[in-house]
Amino acid sequence: MSKGVLAIAEQVEGVFRKVTYEALSEGRRIADHLGSELTALVLGADVENISKELKPYGPDRIVVADSPALYEFLTDAYTNVIYDFIHQETPDVIILGASTLGKDVSARLSARLNAPLAMDCVAIRFEDNRLIATRYMYGGKILADVELKGTPKILAFRPNALDITNADGAGTLQKIDVDTGTTALQFIDKRLDTDKKEITEADTVVSGGRGMGGPDFSVIEALAELLDGAVGASRSAVDEGWRPSSDQVGQTGKVVSPNLYIACGISGAIQHFAGMSSSKVVVAINKDPEAPIFAKADYGIEGDLFEIVPLVTEEIRKLKG
Amino acid sequence: MLKQVPATESLIGIAEDGVSVKTDGVKWVINPYDEFAVEEALRIKEAHGGSVTIISVGSEKAAEAIRTALAMGADKGILINDPASAGYDGLKTARILAAVLKEAPFDLIIAGQRAVDDDNYQVGPATAEFLDIPHISMVIKQEITDTKIRCHRTIDGGTAILETQLPALITTQRGLNEPRYASLPGIMKAKKKPIDIKNVADIGLDSEHMGEPLTKIVSMKTPPDRKGGIMIQGDSAQAKAAELVRILHEEAKVL
Repeated sequence: MSKGVLAIAEQVEGVFRKVTYEALSEGRRIADHLGSELTALVLGADVENISKELKPYGPDRIVVADSPALYEFLTDAYTNVIYDFIHQETPDVIILGASTLGKDVSARLSARLNAPLAMDCVAIRFEDNRLIATRYMYGGKILADVELKGTPKILAFRPNALDITNADGAGTLQKIDVDTGTTALQFIDKRLDTDKKEITEADTVVSGGRGMGGPDFSVIEALAELLDGAVGASRSAVDEGWRPSSDQVGQTGKVVSPNLYIACGISGAIQHFAGMSSSKVVVAINKDPEAPIFAKADYGIEGDLFEIVPLVTEEIRKLKG
Repeated sequence: MLKQVPATESLIGIAEDGVSVKTDGVKWVINPYDEFAVEEALRIKEAHGGSVTIISVGSEKAAEAIRTALAMGADKGILINDPASAGYDGLKTARILAAVLKEAPFDLIIAGQRAVDDDNYQVGPATAEFLDIPHISMVIKQEITDTKIRCHRTIDGGTAILETQLPALITTQRGLNEPRYASLPGIMKAKKKPIDIKNVADIGLDSEHMGEPLTKIVSMKTPPDRKGGIMIQGDSAQAKAAELVRILHEEAKVL
């Protein structure tokens, strides 16, 4: 009998992040496959109320670690609390999103538990009793199947890689005592770009490159806004100082997997493909018919982006009525 | 901490064994995130004094990358020469690094947030865990005062400021600095700087005791190509834009 699947929920200021629903949905599928229970673990301050929101995604139990000390994400406090829970419950599989938080916690946990970790994986499958995770390497140039040996198996999924599905689960709420243990990290301050959509979670990403010719990204911003998407940039646009480095998509920037990726004025260096190759549909708009991006795009338009992009925006606006 | 990796503009092909990549014809460089780490270490040394040691786990060839860091201005290098290390997972690599660091006094360890070959994001935090010290990831700015370090780090959708005591480990994020190029005098000086080459037995680890890596690559493939290059045709920019939106809506169903 399997000892269960543990999904770690991630919330910021009382709002669950999308990776939480993704981890729970996949956690449910794994638990069903193993014939075991799915437990959701929620950490935070005053999070008991919002924890009920997880029920539709199928957890058998929702365990709440509620403490003022967990209001801000601090790697050491979070790792200590999660570790204690794992130590008690001994799950077979631990699943979470490979967000910045998830990357920190999963790396720490793997070392403390001496447990295999599939970092930033995009899919998993079972072959007999083996668990194989698929993950990109070499900045998206290679797709590798990785076998995880040992227990518990830690799966940190790339944001946007998993389908969110509803499922039945008892969703029984249970509070646990919180002991954050010995900690060394101290929170000082934070700044959230609340008006800016996080690029790794957006369903649509519209990116600009050298072809933008300058820091005016307004045509791209208008399209992104209409699609409730995020704005990205190629490395050259960031190197030119047109956009902040937090917008950079590529091997030395962020890796995105939106449903729709629109590359505007980006010629398509290998470096850039690395950051967007797991997008579902890719559109390229470029005035150079020889631009390598066209070979990597599903659809291409040869033309001046400053002419084409506003027209595309207008057409979508008409479509949306 | 530094890793030698294929340059990001390299074309990567799968080797005959099916679980590793071809290395012939590859241009090897310092992992770009580790380059930020070297640069930041040099800036801290320039501001506060001290010395900068470069540590790497890799094959003999990785000494070239260490030599480049020495030419940038680092003081000495330590290479754990382990030909099998290319097959190690992040945890095993972190264990080796931690074993070396336990014997080498340090105030601060700076690592790349990830190596651009494995894209694992694991070695830095796992090394900190084995050393039982705090870590702060994806740092874009740091200030050291006495025995503390305060860092600005990127988080999803913004930045956070955190503080911790030294010794600690931080990992780098793009935006932290602009790495310098090695100067000609720097390159000349680097030739005389020491690189201590050891194997795992020298640092008190034996491969058998460490066990097999817990994660193992069982196959590799190149991601499927997109059908590619369906160029939208039309008499005018207007017609092309309308056709694209129609296809995205009706065929690709992403609008």
